[in-house]
Formats: sequence, structure tokens, C-alpha cells
Amino acid sequence: MSFHPNDIARRTQLSSIVLGIGFIALLGAFFRTQVIDHQNYATQSEENRLRAIPLPAPRGIIYDRKGEIIAENLPAYSVSLIAPNEDSLRAALKTLQPTLQLSDGDISAAIRRFRRAPTRPTVVLPDASIDVISVLEEHRIDFPRLIIQSVPKRYYPDGAVVASFVGYTGEISEDELNKPQYAGYKPGEIIGKGGLEKQYESDLHGEEGERYDEVDARGRPVRGVGPRPEREPRGAPALKTNIDLDLQKFIAQTFGDSLQGGAIAMDPKTGGVLALYSAPSFDPNRFTGGIPADYWKELNTDPRRPLFNKVIQGTYPPGSTWKLATSTIGLEEQLVTIDSHMPISCSGGLQYGRRYFRCWEKKGHGSLSLSGAITHSCDVFFYQLGLKIGLARLVAGGIDLEFREKSGIDLPNEIRPRFPARDVKAYYDRMFGPRNWSNAETLNLAIGQGANSQTVVNMAKFYTALATDGTASKPELVARNPERKKIMTLSLAEMDGLRKAMAGVTSAGGTAASANIQGLTIAGKTGSAQNTENPDKDHAWFVGFAPAEDPKIVVGVFLEFGIHGYLAARVASKIIGHYMHVQPADFVDTGG
Amino acid sequence: MRRIVADYPLVIIALTLSIFGVAMVYSAGQTDTPTAVARVYKSQIVWLIIGMLGAYGISRSSVRFIEWMTIPAYVLSVALLALTLVVGKGAGTAASTKSWLAIGSVRIGQPSELAKVTVALMLAYVLASRKEPPKSLLDLWRPALIVLIPWTIIMLQPDLGTGIVFIGIFFGMLYWSGVAWPLLLLLASPVVSLILSFSTGLWGAWFLVLLALVLYYRPYLVEGIVLMLANIATGVIAPILWEKLAPYQQNRLKTFIDPSADPRASGYHVIQSKIAIGSGGWVGKGFTLGTQKRLAFLPEQHTDFIFAVVGEELGFIGVTIALTLFLALFLRVTQIAGRANDSFSSLVAFGLMASWFVHVLVNVGMTLNLMPITGIPLPFFSYGGSFMLASWLAIGILMRISGEGRGKAAFKKS
Repeated sequence: MSFHPNDIARRTQLSSIVLGIGFIALLGAFFRTQVIDHQNYATQSEENRLRAIPLPAPRGIIYDRKGEIIAENLPAYSVSLIAPNEDSLRAALKTLQPTLQLSDGDISAAIRRFRRAPTRPTVVLPDASIDVISVLEEHRIDFPRLIIQSVPKRYYPDGAVVASFVGYTGEISEDELNKPQYAGYKPGEIIGKGGLEKQYESDLHGEEGERYDEVDARGRPVRGVGPRPEREPRGAPALKTNIDLDLQKFIAQTFGDSLQGGAIAMDPKTGGVLALYSAPSFDPNRFTGGIPADYWKELNTDPRRPLFNKVIQGTYPPGSTWKLATSTIGLEEQLVTIDSHMPISCSGGLQYGRRYFRCWEKKGHGSLSLSGAITHSCDVFFYQLGLKIGLARLVAGGIDLEFREKSGIDLPNEIRPRFPARDVKAYYDRMFGPRNWSNAETLNLAIGQGANSQTVVNMAKFYTALATDGTASKPELVARNPERKKIMTLSLAEMDGLRKAMAGVTSAGGTAASANIQGLTIAGKTGSAQNTENPDKDHAWFVGFAPAEDPKIVVGVFLEFGIHGYLAARVASKIIGHYMHVQPADFVDTGG
Repeated sequence: MRRIVADYPLVIIALTLSIFGVAMVYSAGQTDTPTAVARVYKSQIVWLIIGMLGAYGISRSSVRFIEWMTIPAYVLSVALLALTLVVGKGAGTAASTKSWLAIGSVRIGQPSELAKVTVALMLAYVLASRKEPPKSLLDLWRPALIVLIPWTIIMLQPDLGTGIVFIGIFFGMLYWSGVAWPLLLLLASPVVSLILSFSTGLWGAWFLVLLALVLYYRPYLVEGIVLMLANIATGVIAPILWEKLAPYQQNRLKTFIDPSADPRASGYHVIQSKIAIGSGGWVGKGFTLGTQKRLAFLPEQHTDFIFAVVGEELGFIGVTIALTLFLALFLRVTQIAGRANDSFSSLVAFGLMASWFVHVLVNVGMTLNLMPITGIPLPFFSYGGSFMLASWLAIGILMRISGEGRGKAAFKKS
């Protein structure tokens, strides 16, 4: 052993140095962790212990033009679970299953929600009944990870009446979360899924708030030390629409259960949509908080297609309602005047090439002026007018009248109408194949048949031009930026002549004489659209406006399997009468 | 028996550390969801009192008596250790090991804690009996054997942490006995080979360093060859040893390199510990108020990770105070070793200090992921009766050595 004091002193010194280095190294490491990186770890510690509980914001209330409520929010209760992992969520759901009366579907839905957003409380019941809530409150202590929250629930007081334009709400889907328009949205948030709710989502959404609950390592909320202050949810401002709820209700009532189709009412001068209804409708209130599977199936298997919006998504041959377009083009091209007669008078049909083209009136109309041809909807007159205009000019005119464009209504999923392209030959070659079509297409097109399918809303938009000085108004549910465009270059006298002819439609001798209302002149045009599925049951059109002298309302009505336009005209005249506060005379079924 | 003057600085430092430690064990029990940990501070106080009484008793005996007791104590502790292999029970972080001696389900204690003291005594006994410090590896066979026997048993339990402590005691005491540092390095070389063999490049570089060392120190030829062969052998068997490790041990070593590799399981301890310490800041969240601990994010908060509670609740200031107390203890004990009356006393003192030093370095380092998780407790802090008792018995021995030692004047001879 070497224990000379010199050696000892040297070793003591060296040992002390090693101890000192160890001490300083450890202190340095702690200084770095606790002082330099403190903020980082403090944040992690907060994230550990605080669980953000989202507080949904109430969506903006939707009003009609008179301040009636279309969509509002009712207080509801949602039940959520905080779970640290999927296994514990499953276990908790199993325990809660009898109390909450959860179906297996509810459980798998909750697990899907958890996978999408494991850090958010997992919603188990988005809209729990008060019975369930009171049972849960009693057993609160047994389910510490349960969160019972009062949440705003979307409610449409008039339900199915307004569904066609207001749409519905639902939980944001995974696909939607990935879309740029939903940037900043979190899983579990409620968004507009259709109609105005979707179109004006950013205005109606509001700003989600947050509350912070303190949880332990097993995810159980603990009471006591005050958590971080909450951020209040911010509700969205109200949305005022052009809708006239009273008229909307009347239309829904008029369609009842028996009629199917769609109707739109517009203010011709602003394009404001007064009413928009597609029959049959659906109850958007049942969509809130998840669509029940049986209801979803029922809607999707119904042959009358309640989820298909017949005003903006259905395209149908416009039939005779399009004769006003043919007339406008003929007048614009100065090929006819309002009083012009065609060379061949109507004897129930017209021979063109090797084909015989019928007029709907088998007896024939005789010789009619343009005005008379509109009133009586004489096909033979319009065949000849069409030939006079020629296919290329007819198509170009139709395109200029915006029959190849969407109406631009502020609703999602509007379908573009079908109409030939400006390069007529290329279009028909592509459609039917070269040499498989002839100039006879001109005759079809002239009476609103052929390669022409229009939405109800687009036809109504065209008639706003007829109702004014030739200026079409973009249909708008919410008055934001009225967009008007002059699409017709007719003189005032010519416009007047067309309106007079259309007024004749609902007068004695017109095709919709039975839709006449005492003391109110309704101008419009009936139409029948061929039904490819069932030739005996054509679809019925009426597009028109009133009063003819100073139009206040444009109405487009389309009835599936309505057989003849006058039936649609009756519905339209009821709508107009209700809006103008004039009682329609009892309908006399005069036919024609 | 000769009355001695009590070493007040030593006793005061040890007592302050113990009271600090008991307070932290109390705080560790203060969780939002109460557990059995809430009550353990009481038994920690009981063990502290027993330990202090034991220390007083030892301080009233004599170094010669301690020396006389060394061989029986060593044999007894090795026997108890061997017994754990047969009837041992696991607990805490190491539930699968057999480090506890138990009768039925009642755990009595961990013989390895006692062995830490007796091995230091026995090493001192053997090293002090020599006139010259060991000059060759061959000279080291006796001290090596003294450590190797209990070390092997402990590695069979298996308890990697305690094994590391034994190695620390061994090297610390060899250094204090005057073994030249190149020889220590040569002795340690197979272990270094074992660690570095996971990277072929590093191991190759180390082998060149070793070769230079051998040429410089010039051991006997046979020794040199054996040493090189041992290095090659450990390098080769390292992967085999790795396979032999239990999965939890493998995971702990992997986690040491990258805690985020397995954040839910073995990485969890270290991540949560760092969050606890880091979120403490300068002054901490306040005594008993640490959220990481209170909400059960921090695991083993009363045993292995108790220093994370210090960091979280008392902040950098509390950490500095605790580490300064440890430094003061170590410097004081080194001083006692320096002025001890004889080489046995001197070696015992330094060996006990080395043991604590390894504990503190590894345990505290572990809470910041500077060291792998090995389940080494923190002296005077971590909850555990055997360790508290053994630590205070060691204080008693040091009190006696200090009392019998020469005054400070002894240093002035040089």
C-alpha cells in the first residue's frame, strides 16, 4: 500500500476535482433542462395535464325576408368520453352500453371518431335524451371520464318545408377535413352539408371555444386546482335571406304528398329567390347529430328521390316553355315580328323531308301570328320559325340567352343544363355520330325538345328577362351582390308583345286558361317534357310571371308525370295568387 | 472503549440529506388519486431512526472491531445474497428480479444493500494487507475475486444497477490504494470493449489505443496477451450477451439512446421525468404541488425517480441545494479518508464514498437521460428501508474512522 501523505494529498486533490467535475456537469445538465429549455417542458407538462374540451359555437340563425326563423339552435346534450387509448375507450363503452342504450353501430361510430381525433373527447351520443342525461348525472361518480355538455343543436322549425334550400348539418367527414376550404376545422365539428348551410358555411359556422379540464395520467378529469381559463365560443351572426317563408310554406302545402317536382319563385327585378321547393322533401332535423341509418336508407330507396333537388339538379327538356326563346331569337334576328304569320298554316303537323312533325293539337291551329302561336303553343309555327332561323343561329341565340350555363344560384351542387355547343356540327357529330343527325334537329330544338335539358331554376332565370326589359337576374337566396345582365336586345314594343302573348296563355282560349285568376294577369308558358321512362306520363312545365303589366313575381313549376302543362300552370297560379293576395277563381277543367 | 469527538459536519450533512429525502418521499405520496405511496414516508422515518441508532452504536465501537467483523460480515452478506437466488422476490421497477429476501410474502430487505458496505470493508481489508499497491493484473486476483463473487450473484438476480455500483467501488478503491491509472485502464479494457463492440469502427480504434497502452505500461508478456485476448473475446461475445439480456433490459438500453423510440413503454419514464424536471424552472411548482407527480405522469416517483420530484417541485434551486449537499458529503468523506489513521480505515472511507458517488451520478443522471435506467436508488432520498439503514451504518463507520483519524495537522507533513 502506498499511503505516504504526499500520495494521499495528491489522490484527495484528484478525487475532489473529479467530484467537482461531476457536480458541475450535473448542475449544467439541470440548468439546461430547467432554465434554458424550461418553456418547452412547461408546455409539454401543460399538454400532459390539460385536456381541451371543445365548446361548439352556435351556428348563425337563418331568417327569411320578414324576420321569420328558418334555422335556429336549440339546447341539446352531448355525451363524450375522454380516453387515453382505444382499448380503454372500448372498455368504457362496454360499461356504458346498457345505461346509454348504445347500439353496436353507435360504438363503432365512437371508435371511428376516436381514431380521427384521439386528443379530443370522443362524442358518444351527440344528442342524448334528457332521460339518459339524468341517469348519467346520478352515476357521475362511476364514470369520471364522462363529459356531459350542453351543445347547440341545429333546428329547422318548418323541417321538410325548407329542406330544399336550407340543406342540413352534420359532423365533418375525413374527406372534408382534407379539403382546403375546411382548413382549420377540427374533427368532430359540425358543418353545413347541403343547401344554404353548406353554401354559407363560413358565415354560419362561428368560432369554436375551448375549456381545459385537468386530467391525470389515466385520462380521468380531476377537480381542484383551477384549469386554464376557457375561450368562449363565438356564435356566427344571423343570415338574412330573400326567402318568403309564408310563400314557401304555401308551396309545400300545395305540392302536398301527391305532387312531385319542384317550384321556384323569384323577384324578377332583383333575382331574389322568394321560395324554392323540391317535392317530396325530407326532414333535415333528423339529419342533425347523425342520420339514423333506417331514415337514410328510406330516403335513398324512395323512387321519388327526396334527396334529389328537382329545382337545381333535375334537368328536363323545357318543351314549349322554350318557345319564348325561339321567339326572342327570331325577333332579334328580325326574321319575324310579333304579328308575322308563317307560310304554312297549321293543320296538325308539318312534313319535313321524309318525316312528319306533329303539332300537339291534332285538329290544327290554322294560320297564327307569332303572338297567337305563343298563346296556343302552335308547334307548326315554331317548326317553320326554327327553320327560318337555322340551326346554327338558333343554337347561338340559345347560348346567348344563357341556356348553356348554370343559373349561378347560391346553392351548392347546381347542375349545368344540357344545350348544344356553338360549334353545332361538331357537337351533333359527337352526340349522335356524323351522318346520324339531320337538319330536322332544328325543328326539335325550336319547340324545346332535342338536345336541350334545362333546370327549373335556369328557366325561371330566363323568364326574369321576359318579365323585365330583357335583363336576366341571377337567382339569389341571400342578397349579397345582385347580378343582372341584359340578355335580350328587343324593343319595348316587342317585349310588350311577347308579354301580351304570354298573358293570353292563361286567358280564355289559351293553353292554361284554367289557371286564370280574376283581377290578375298572369303571363307565362306551359310546356310538356317527354318522359323517356313512361311516354304516357309526360312532365309538366309552367314558367310565368305576374302581374303581366308590372311583374312582381316569376314562378317556375315543374311536375314530374304532370302530363300537361296546364296542371303546372294551376300550381303556379295558386302560388302567384297567394303571393299577390288574390284568391284564384275555382278551377274549371276546360282542358286544352 | 475510547470516546471520540463526533464529526459534526458529517452528521449534519447526512441528517440534512435524510430529512430532505424524507420530505420528498412524503411529497411523492401526495397524488390526486391516493395510493399506498401516501403512507410510505412514515416507514422511511422509522428506518431513518433505526439507521441513526445503528450509526451511533457503530461509532461507539472501534475501527479494530469493525476490521475484526469484516470477514464474518462479508461471508454473511454473500450467503444472504446467494439465498436470494433461491427464495428471492422482485419489487417495484424490477418486479421480475430476485433482489428481495422474503419470508412468505413479507419482504425483509435487499441483501445487496448490505453487500455494498461489506464488499467495501472486505476490499479494504485485502488491499490494506499489502505493503505495495498491486503493480500487475496478476496481483489483482484477490481483490477482483472479492468483488466478483457477490457481483456474479447480483448479475444472476439480475440487478444491473447494483452491479454497476460494485464496479464503481472496486475501481474507486483500487485507485485510492495507489494502483497506477494505466493498469486501471487495462483492467477496465474488456468492459470498454464490450460496450464499443456494437460499432466495429469504434472497437477497432479502441483496440489500437489499448495496444499503445500495453506498449507504454509494459505488463508481463503473458498478461499482455491475455488482456488482448480478453478484449477480443468480449468484443465477440457482446452480441451473444445482448441476446441474453431480458427484453426489458434491452429496451432500457435502447431507450437510453433514443427515448422517443418507445414513448409509451420504456421511454415513458425518461420522457415524463424530463418533462417534470424541465417544467420546474428556477423555483419549481412548489412543495407537493408538482403536476407531473400529482397526476401520476411520473412513474416510480418515490423510489428511482424521486429526484425528478425535487426538480419539478423545488426547481433548479432545489436541485442545486440537493446536489451541493451531496458534494459536501463526498468532499467531507474524502477528507476523512485522507486523514484516516491507517490504510484500512482510509480505504473503507473512500470505498463508501465511491459507492454513494456512483449512486448519485447514475440515479440523477438517469432522471435526465444522461444515464440508462438501471434502477439505482438515490442515497438518503429514495424510499427503501435497507438502503437507508445501510447508508446510516456507513455513516456510523465513517464517524468512527473520522474520530480515530488524525487531525488536520496530518496533512501538513507533506
